[in-house]
Amino acid sequence: MELIGRFRGEPLVAKKISAKALAADVPLSFWGGYEAETGMIIDQRHPLAGELASGRVLVIPTGRGSCSGSGVLLEAIFAHTAPAAIIISLIDPIIGLGCILGDELHQSHPALILMNEIDRQQIATGDTVSIDEEGWVSVLRHRGAS
Amino acid sequence: MTLADRGVKQRPSPIALTTAESEMVSGKRGPALELASRILIRMAPMYGASSLLPVTKAHLDGVILSGSSGLAFAERLADLGGQVAVPTSLNVMSMDQERWRSWGQDADYAGRAYRLGQAYVRMGAQPTFTCAPYQTAYAPSFGEQIAWSESNAVAYANSVIGARTNRYGDYLDVCCALTGRVPAAGLHLDEPRLATVVIQLDPLHDELVSRDDFYPVLGYFLGTSVADEIPVVCGLETTPSEDQLKSLAAAAASSGAIAMFHIVGITPEAPSITDALGGRVPTRTIRVTLADLNKTREQLSTSRTDDVDVVAFGSPHCSLEECRTLARLMAGQRAAKDVDVFITTSRVVRELLARSGDLAILESFGARVTADTCIVVAPLVNPSARVLMTNSAKYAHYGPGLLNVASVYASTEACVESAILGRVVREDGPWS
Repeated sequence: MELIGRFRGEPLVAKKISAKALAADVPLSFWGGYEAETGMIIDQRHPLAGELASGRVLVIPTGRGSCSGSGVLLEAIFAHTAPAAIIISLIDPIIGLGCILGDELHQSHPALILMNEIDRQQIATGDTVSIDEEGWVSVLRHRGAS
Repeated sequence: MTLADRGVKQRPSPIALTTAESEMVSGKRGPALELASRILIRMAPMYGASSLLPVTKAHLDGVILSGSSGLAFAERLADLGGQVAVPTSLNVMSMDQERWRSWGQDADYAGRAYRLGQAYVRMGAQPTFTCAPYQTAYAPSFGEQIAWSESNAVAYANSVIGARTNRYGDYLDVCCALTGRVPAAGLHLDEPRLATVVIQLDPLHDELVSRDDFYPVLGYFLGTSVADEIPVVCGLETTPSEDQLKSLAAAAASSGAIAMFHIVGITPEAPSITDALGGRVPTRTIRVTLADLNKTREQLSTSRTDDVDVVAFGSPHCSLEECRTLARLMAGQRAAKDVDVFITTSRVVRELLARSGDLAILESFGARVTADTCIVVAPLVNPSARVLMTNSAKYAHYGPGLLNVASVYASTEACVESAILGRVVREDGPWS
């Protein structure tokens, strides 16, 4: 395991977690883009289409699209199919509301971390990402992985 | 159980609270307000706010049935004794409360749709069940701070009325209504309401700009051209009706995320282009020709054949005036037997139509006049339908994705004539 970096993020919704990353440099709409029943990314135009984001650290620039995305993320939290954490570089109130509602209504939510774009782009799919409650993000890569 | 009890470290809130707001969040004013204010206060920094702002009206979109969490959330707030703090109207719900059986709606689905509506009514919201709340007694006035959801209503309230609201989605909207507060940010403030993009119309024929089917096309063009910025339209030399501006706002909020637009000489915050821009230089100017608008008009139709299965009017909900226009066009005629005709409106308008005799005219034509709901939020359209014809840019936009139909966009007159003949009648008039 190689330490790629330890980055300072801002915990918009704090939580301590460690999980494998699923990363792409394209914004995602949860409404029409995330299947709450399975945790799969279903927006066919998104590079992560077909990937399971359930339990992963989803690393994207930001959200986009309909306000109904908050409800989809909340449904996923209820169904235990939400990402373990979401790392973004631009605040998106739609994703933020989904995480806060999960915490307030279900005592369960993804960590939501705001991180600058250059740091975020260092995280690759498959990396092990550990996030603490202060927003520190450690990224480990397995030897041989790119 | 508080967050601290669960071992979650919370940073101090960066939001400055008044005494009343502190009492809400501490639970002194009951558990519903505690939950609603906590969600609102946690969300406020994400809007860039450092304080909250009082509002005097709310319009809630959470009454559309989707998944199970929306129903659970509304019933939780209602069971905790939540009561709205300001006059609150409700958006379309997922059933026609009076006639759902005759429209063949599934009883289990209708039951959940009813429970969702009732949860909001229990909280003191008014059973308006319309997506055109600006055409009800709950319309706001110029400068009024409000918490509205429903994209077309937000665009209309900000732009045409000059009331002030951001787009508040499901869940947050009811937190605003219960607390009577919003994050003090965005379109509630002065500067973010200014236009940044100029839309300069080429001189257009009077006959074109007086037609009802011009405004959805212009709105759809705005939404596709500027996404979520604020445009100011110059060169529209006419006085559009309220319904024409309504169709423009709905189209702009469908093809893009427009929450506000200005039209020089027409909308209240744009007596001049300088006022609309606040004296600043626009980021860009987009010149619009008749050819551009014709191209947008073509984008609104995805069907190229003359087949038609469904003809629909009323997104946003038809006003009384629009229903009377339809009654004049439909009087003494009858829709082809294999064409389903929908007129979607509010319960207040349907009641007025019943009293005036217009409802009987529309029903003799074969039209289903639905109240409380519409064809994209309740299963009303036959799943085997393949082509939807409409005078609404919003129905034309969402039909293909939500109803799996091809769409045909046309004038009200062409839609009625097509319903009678059972095939699409295209009429280009001054568009060509």
